[in-house]
This record gives sequence, C-alpha cells and structure tokens, in this order.
Amino acid sequence: MKARVLVVDDDPSLAEMLGIVLRNEGFEPSFVSRGDQAIGQFRAIMPDLVLLDLMLPGVDGIDICRAIRAESGTPIVMLTARTDTVDVVLGLESGADDYIIKPFKPKELVARMRARLRRLDEDVTEELTIGDITIDVAGHEVLREGRPISLTPLEFDLLTALARKPRHVFTRDQLLEQVWGYRHAADTRLVNVHVQRLRAKVERDPEHPDIVVTVRGVGYKAGTS
Amino acid sequence: MTSLPLALVRGARHRWRRSLQLRMVTTTLLLSTVVALLIGVTILHQVQTGLLEAANRSAVSQLGIGLERAQSQFAALPHSDPGSVETTAQEVANELQDRNNDSTDDAYDVVMLSTSGLRSYTPDGVTSSIPKALQRAVSRTASVAWTYTEIQRNDGTSAPGLVVGAPVNAANLQYQIFYLFPLTREAQTIALVERTMIFAGAGLVLLLAGIAALVTRQVVRPVRQAAATAERLAAGRLKERMNVRGEDDLATLAASFNRMADTVQRQISQLRELSRVQRRFVADVSHELRTPITTIRMAADLLHDAMSDLPPELARSTELLQQQLDRFELLLADLLEISRHDAGAAVLEAEPTDLRALVATMIANAVPLAVRRGSELTADLPPAAVIVDVDARRIDRVLRNLVENAIEHAEGGPVDIQLATGSTAVAVTVRDHGIGLKPGEASLVFGRFWRADPARTRTTGGTGLGLSIALEDTRLHGGWLQAWGDPGRGSVFRLTLPWRTGGVIADSPLPLNPEEETADVPPVGHRG
Repeated sequence: MKARVLVVDDDPSLAEMLGIVLRNEGFEPSFVSRGDQAIGQFRAIMPDLVLLDLMLPGVDGIDICRAIRAESGTPIVMLTARTDTVDVVLGLESGADDYIIKPFKPKELVARMRARLRRLDEDVTEELTIGDITIDVAGHEVLREGRPISLTPLEFDLLTALARKPRHVFTRDQLLEQVWGYRHAADTRLVNVHVQRLRAKVERDPEHPDIVVTVRGVGYKAGTS
Repeated sequence: MTSLPLALVRGARHRWRRSLQLRMVTTTLLLSTVVALLIGVTILHQVQTGLLEAANRSAVSQLGIGLERAQSQFAALPHSDPGSVETTAQEVANELQDRNNDSTDDAYDVVMLSTSGLRSYTPDGVTSSIPKALQRAVSRTASVAWTYTEIQRNDGTSAPGLVVGAPVNAANLQYQIFYLFPLTREAQTIALVERTMIFAGAGLVLLLAGIAALVTRQVVRPVRQAAATAERLAAGRLKERMNVRGEDDLATLAASFNRMADTVQRQISQLRELSRVQRRFVADVSHELRTPITTIRMAADLLHDAMSDLPPELARSTELLQQQLDRFELLLADLLEISRHDAGAAVLEAEPTDLRALVATMIANAVPLAVRRGSELTADLPPAAVIVDVDARRIDRVLRNLVENAIEHAEGGPVDIQLATGSTAVAVTVRDHGIGLKPGEASLVFGRFWRADPARTRTTGGTGLGLSIALEDTRLHGGWLQAWGDPGRGSVFRLTLPWRTGGVIADSPLPLNPEEETADVPPVGHRG
C-alpha cells in the first residue's frame, strides 16, 4: 500500500517538484497551499505523514503543527528555511518529529520520511520495562501501573530504543541514527527537544528524571528500575 | 599583615588621591594659615613699634624735665665744695623721685649716679637694673641714651622696661640721671593683641576651610552626580539623566551631559533598529532564496539520476549543474552564517561536551579527504574524556574547517592534531607541514574571501568564509583562534577555549609556535 503524504506548502513550483519526486519514490502525495485549509485537508485525507512548510500564508506552520498534534500522532516533518535555534526548537516543541532544512537533497528527504513511516518487527511480541513503566512493543502501548500513557510514534520509538539496551549509554548521534534514520551526524537539538517532550509525558517529576537519564557530556540512558 | 599606622597612612593617601574636596580644603587651610601668619606678624610688629616709640618719647621728655631741674639746682649752688654738691644731688634725686610718686602716671624710678664715686643717690635696689653698657654709653656720648632691659623690683619681681639716661654736670663733679620706665602696660597690650590675633587668625583659617569645603561641595556634588549617572549609562541604563538646576556652569555641564546621553541613546537605538532590520533581512533572504534553490536542487537531482540516458554533452552539463549547486548552497549557508554573526543574532548553545570524542569523530570524518589528498592524520589526545562547556555544533564546524584547511595546504604531508588541557582552558592545534604562511599573513587568513595567492585556484571548493566563521564561532565562546606560519615549515592553527562559558583564559595549554615550548601572551584579535 502506498503511503499517503500531505504536503502543506505555499510555493507551487516546490510543491509540484515534491509531487514528482514523491510519486517517483512510491508515495501518494496530496497538496494544500494555504495554512487555514491544512487542518480540513488533514482530516479529509488522514495521511500517513505530513510534510509541513513552516512559512505559510494564513495560519502559521507552528499553529498547524500544534493542531495536528492535538488530534493525532501522525508523523510531521517540517520543511524550514530557518536554521536559527529558536525557530527550529519552536517547531520541534510544537510537535514536529523531524525537520529538514531547505535546500535539501531529495534522497535525504525520502530517507527521513521512510524512517518516520517504518514500523519495526511489529509481529514480535515483546515486553520491555524501564523504571516503573512497561512497554508492549507489539501492542504499541506504554503503561504505568496499568494506566496507559499516550505517546506519539516517535516518542514511542525513542523510549523503546533506550529500553532495549538498559545499561547502554546512547550518544545523541546514535539516537539520531537509530530513531530518526540519520546516516550522518546532524543536529543534536532534535534529540534534546524530543527527550524533553518524552520526559514531560513519562516522568513523575520532569525536573528530576528517572526514566530517561542524562549522562553528562555523553548522552542518555534508560533509568534503572 | 600591615600595621595600623601604615594602614591609616595608606587610607589617607587613598582619600587624598580620590577626594577633590579633601585636596581643596587642605590647600585652602595651608595657604590661609600662611597668609594669616604673615598678616599677624606684620600687625603685631607695627603695634609693638608704635607703643614703644610712644613710651620712648614720653621717657625722653620726662628725662628732659629732670635734667633741667637738676641743672638749675646745681647752677644755683653758691659753693662748689663737694659736700654741698653731694647734698644737692641727694635732694634733686629725692625730689625727682617724689615728683614721680605724685603723678598719676605709671610708677617709674629715677636713679642718680655719681660717675666719679659711682655712688647711687637712690636708696632702692633698682640701680642694679641699669645696664653697665648704658652707663658707659652715657658717659662716652655725653648725651641722652636709652635701652630696653629687665627692671628688677625691690619685691624680687622683674618686668620689661625702658631705661633712659643723660649726664649732668655739677661744678667739677659728674652725675648721671637715669629714668627706669616699666613697660608692663605695653607688654600687656602687646600680649592681648597677640592673643586676639591668634584667635582671630585661627578662626579665620577655619572659617576659610569651611567655606572652601562648602564651595567645593557645590562643585563636587554635581560632578559626583555626573560620574554616577555616567556609570549607570555605561551599565546600559540609557534613560538615566542628570538634574538640571539653574543656569550656571554646573547646569551647563548637566545639560551638555544630558544632550550627550540623548545622542548616545539615539545612536544606540538606531543601531539596534539597523541590527533588527538586518536580522529580518537575513531571515527573509534565507527563506526567499532557499525555496527556489530547493526546487532547482530536486530538479537537478532528478536529471542527475537519469544521466546515463542523456547524450554526453547534456550529461556533463547536468554534472556541472549538480557540482555548482553544491558550491552555491555552501556559499549561501556560509553567507547567512556570517550575516547572523554580524547582526549579533548568533546564539551560543553551550552544554557539557566531551571535546576528546568530538575531535576523534571529526578526525574520523576527515580521513576520506585526507586519503584522497595523500595526507596522513595524526592525533595526540589525552587519555580521558575532556568535558567542556561548548556549542558542539559550532566547535565541530570550527575544527572541521581547520582540519580541511590543513589537508588542503599540507601538499600531501602529514597533518597533526593535538588536544591538551590547562588550568583555565583547553586547546586544539592543527598543524600542517606544507607551504606555510608568509610573515604578516597569520592575521590575514581570518579575513573574508582572503586567498594566500590570488592566482592560485581553489581546488576543494571552500567558500573563503570558513575561517572567518570559525573566528566568529570562537569569539562567541570567549575563546582564541590564532594562526602561526612560516614559509616552508607549514602552519599551525590553535583553538583555545575556556572550560566554562564566560570563563577567562589565562594562557593556552599548547604553544602556537611549535618551535618554542613556552606558553604565550594573550592574542590580539584577528578581525577580517
């Protein structure tokens, strides 16, 4: 089955070019050029992934990101011309899973999209624990004392990656490779922001985390039970 | 430990240097003391002279009266036998002394001496108060002579006094009459004047010092206020102003100061506005240029993928398009980065990072380029992790730039990378053994679009902004980036970073010049 991709971009040439590339790569793209129509289109199409340009007429890309995230965990990849930390972090904090800076190579974009769409060995029944949290990998469920915690697919992948190797300290680059599908070292701000988002959901006290623990100067590891 | 007096002296000297008021008051005090002393001494001298001259005049006139009386008495003597002359002398002496006792004036003594027998006709002991020198002077000059001396009283006391004397001829005998005037009253007057002058002088001096303190305070207070206001302005509180009161010089100072502050504030807000516009422009250019390039990039990639189906000249064109797009993208990225630094919009995202691991990864990534250029990379790293507060993205970019630069200029020779730690800083040096730098080029290398040899073509496709950006990134960390080079001996680039953001670097743990092992002095900035 072809993955449905909603492209939210106001530049017609870029949208058309993205359409050509995505169809070549076996996706099923649909387009919306105005920010205020994006949410309606999203609900109508129910895409598997959203490509979202941050600078849009009508509604700001950041607001669209928040609106989508409020009702769905659908992966969002931001297209941005801004590399300033404030812009990038703002985009990530509003719920984007990944971002790609213009100009990008088509192959790079496709690799990121595939990483977001890939579902790992879902038929294998596997149960992991991290701290007082249990992860049902096949059922895509995270439970604390029997109550489910709602995570986006990306947050789920991040938590699972840490839980699979409880004693291993992951560098940010390793997490980027494993969770986001980056082949080269890239921006570690991505990891920082998502670890914070994850902590906000799974930690009892996000100020003093004991599920996702920071190892100073190295990276992160799973907290001990 | 310093002793207390020493500390006091030091404190006083400090205050002396720091306080304009203290200096003004002290100077006034000293000068007015000198003036008061001069005036006092002069006045005192005048008063003394005047009083004594008056005393002298009245003494001489008294003596004149006495002389006349004695002369007439001696002249009226019928016989000139010594016995009657003696008697007359005694009478005259008694009469003159009595006349004094009748007068209401100050008591004076009269002494009559006989020069031949040196006999006194005055019963009192005051005779001994007449200096012998005066007696000799009277007999030598045979006229009126006077002197000041201490007059001994019968009751044992003594007082300053004036003695006048003159010779009297009586037949064949010689007599001398002396008048002894005590100057007690004059001495009292002078002492009173002296006391009054001292008190008045001291009062005047203190008053002047007080006035000086008051006057300087009037001047110093606005000056201090100006200093405090300037201090606050310097601290960034641009709305601070001085109070303007009146129309005097100090009001002018305050007004001028405020005008200056207005101008400075206006300039600063103008610059801020410019900087804001510049940042905005950079952001806009960024978006406006990047979107079309993204489309071009994707189109070129699509063409590139289909290259094998194209005729040779179209295939080559596609290849060139692809290469130049890469270069264009790099140039655009670097331009945007340097504009961001220029606009002050670059933000430091420092966090604890293992610099050793960062250097190791960076070296590993540079190996393919080094292999292509036939260079060997050697690394000298400390055995343990080196955790430093840095913006990993920026420092990685700086180091990558230095290493790629070194490989480009190594001409197939080895490139040595060294990491070392010190008490205040960590340092990384990158050395190549290639053509090196000519004298004076060590600071030029950080200039924008600078080339060692303009005729030489770029082969690695660097943008010419790499080292400028590296320098800006280093500055953002409060670190040093320096170059050393010698023709034929290669070049060294050294990055020195403080352990913590905002830390001060005392010296770099690695030498810049590989031939000298000493730590060096802080650098001068290299701005392009």
